[in-house]
Amino acid sequence: MISIFQNYGGELLYGLGQTLLCSIIALVFALIIGSGFAILEVVPNKFFRVIARVYIEVFRNIPLLVITMFFYVVIPMYIVEISGFASGTIGLILYSSAFIAETVRSGIQSVDPGQMEGARANGLSFWQAMRYIVLPQAFRYVIPPLGNQFINLVKNSSVLAFVAGFDLMYQGNVIASDSLQSMSTYLCVGVLYLILTLPLSYYMRYLEKKLA
Amino acid sequence: MLTVLGAYSWINIRFLLEGAWVTILVSVCSIILSYIFGVILGIIRYVEIKYLSAIVGFVIDIIRNLPLILIIFFTYFGLPNIGFKPDPIWASVIAMAVFESAMVAEIVRAGIVSIPVGQMEGARSTGMSYWQALRYIILPQAIKNMIPAIVSQFISLVKDTSLATIIVLPDLMNHAQIIYGQNTNYTIPMFLALAVMYFIVCYSLSLLSQYLDHRLGTAKKSGEVEEVVQGAER
Repeated sequence: MISIFQNYGGELLYGLGQTLLCSIIALVFALIIGSGFAILEVVPNKFFRVIARVYIEVFRNIPLLVITMFFYVVIPMYIVEISGFASGTIGLILYSSAFIAETVRSGIQSVDPGQMEGARANGLSFWQAMRYIVLPQAFRYVIPPLGNQFINLVKNSSVLAFVAGFDLMYQGNVIASDSLQSMSTYLCVGVLYLILTLPLSYYMRYLEKKLA
Repeated sequence: MLTVLGAYSWINIRFLLEGAWVTILVSVCSIILSYIFGVILGIIRYVEIKYLSAIVGFVIDIIRNLPLILIIFFTYFGLPNIGFKPDPIWASVIAMAVFESAMVAEIVRAGIVSIPVGQMEGARSTGMSYWQALRYIILPQAIKNMIPAIVSQFISLVKDTSLATIIVLPDLMNHAQIIYGQNTNYTIPMFLALAVMYFIVCYSLSLLSQYLDHRLGTAKKSGEVEEVVQGAER
C-alpha cells in the first residue's frame, strides 16, 4: 500500500482533486435546481406542482449511470462534444437535484403552516413569505440531511470512472492495471475516499444530535 | 424513422429482457443476503456486546462511506490477488450484499432506537430476559417501523446493479450497450428503453413503499427512522 502511495501519489492526489471539484460543482448546481423544484412543489399552482413531481420521480427512479451515459454517448453524437468530466458532472447534478428537492421539500413542510398563514395575514405575498419566513426556517432543518446528500454525492461521483472523468476511481483503475497490485491500489483509493466522507459523516451525526 | 423503430425488434427486446432477468436475479439475491446480514449486524450494533459492537459499528461506518463501485472493483479485481476469483455475477452479488447489509444494519439500528425505552423496561419487569424482550417485544415493532426505509434502500439497490456493468455483468445496462454498440442509430431508443424499464421497476417499488407506509400507519415513525439513518438515498 505504501509503495502505491510512493509511486503513484501524484495521480491519486489529482484524482482526489477532480472528485472533490466535481462533487462541489454538482452540489452547488444541484442545490439551486433542487431548491427550485422543492419550492415549485409547494406553490398553490397545480401545474407547477405536477411538473416538479414528474421531474423528481423521473430522476430519482433512473440509475445515475444511465443518466451519465446518456450525456456521455448521446449528446456528443448529435449535439455538441463534451468531456467525460462534464457529462459526469451534469448527470450527477440532475440525479442529486431530485434527491435534494425531496430533502428541501420535507424541510419546507416541516415548518409550521401557521408561519406561512401568519406571514400572508401580515400582507406579505406568497413569494415574500417563502423567501423571508419559511425558507430560512426550513434550511435549518435541512442542513444535516443535505450534508448526507453531499456524502452521497462524493460517493456517486465515482461514476465518472465510467466516462473517463479522471476522478479518484478512474485513476485507481489506471494505477491498478499499471502496477498489477489491484488489491492494495483499491485499498489506497478506499482510504482516500474515507478521508473525504468519514469525517463529514461523523460531523453530520454530531450535528443531528445537537439539533434534535 | 424506420431505423429507429428497428431498435425495438423482437430480437433486441428479448436480448434486453435477458439482461433485465440478470438484473432482477442479482438484485433479489443481494436483497435476501443483505436483509439477513443487515438485521444480524444491526442487532449486534444495538445490543452493545463488549468490543464486538464497537468493531462492527466501525466497519459498518467504513463500508457505508465508500462508493459501491469501489467495492465492486475490489471484489472482482482485488480479491483474485489473494486467490479468490468470483465470476461477474457472484462478484456483484457479494459486493452488493456487503454494501447493502451495512446500509440495512444502520436502518435496523435506527428502527430499534425509535422504540420507546419503556417497552424494554416493561418487558423486563414482567420477567422476560433481555433477549426474549428483544425478540418478542422490540423487534416486531421495530421491523414494522423500518419497512418503508428498507424498501427505499432496495430501490437504490436495483438502480445500483447497473454499476456492475463495469465488470461485464450481463445485465440490462450491459445488454443495451451491446445493442447500441452494434448500431449507433439505436442509441437514443436504447436509452429510452433503459430509462423506462428501470423507472417501471423502481417506481412501482416506491409506490409499494408509500402504500406500506400508509397501510402500516408508520408514516410519522418511519420518518423518524429515516432521519436517523444517514446516507439513505431517500
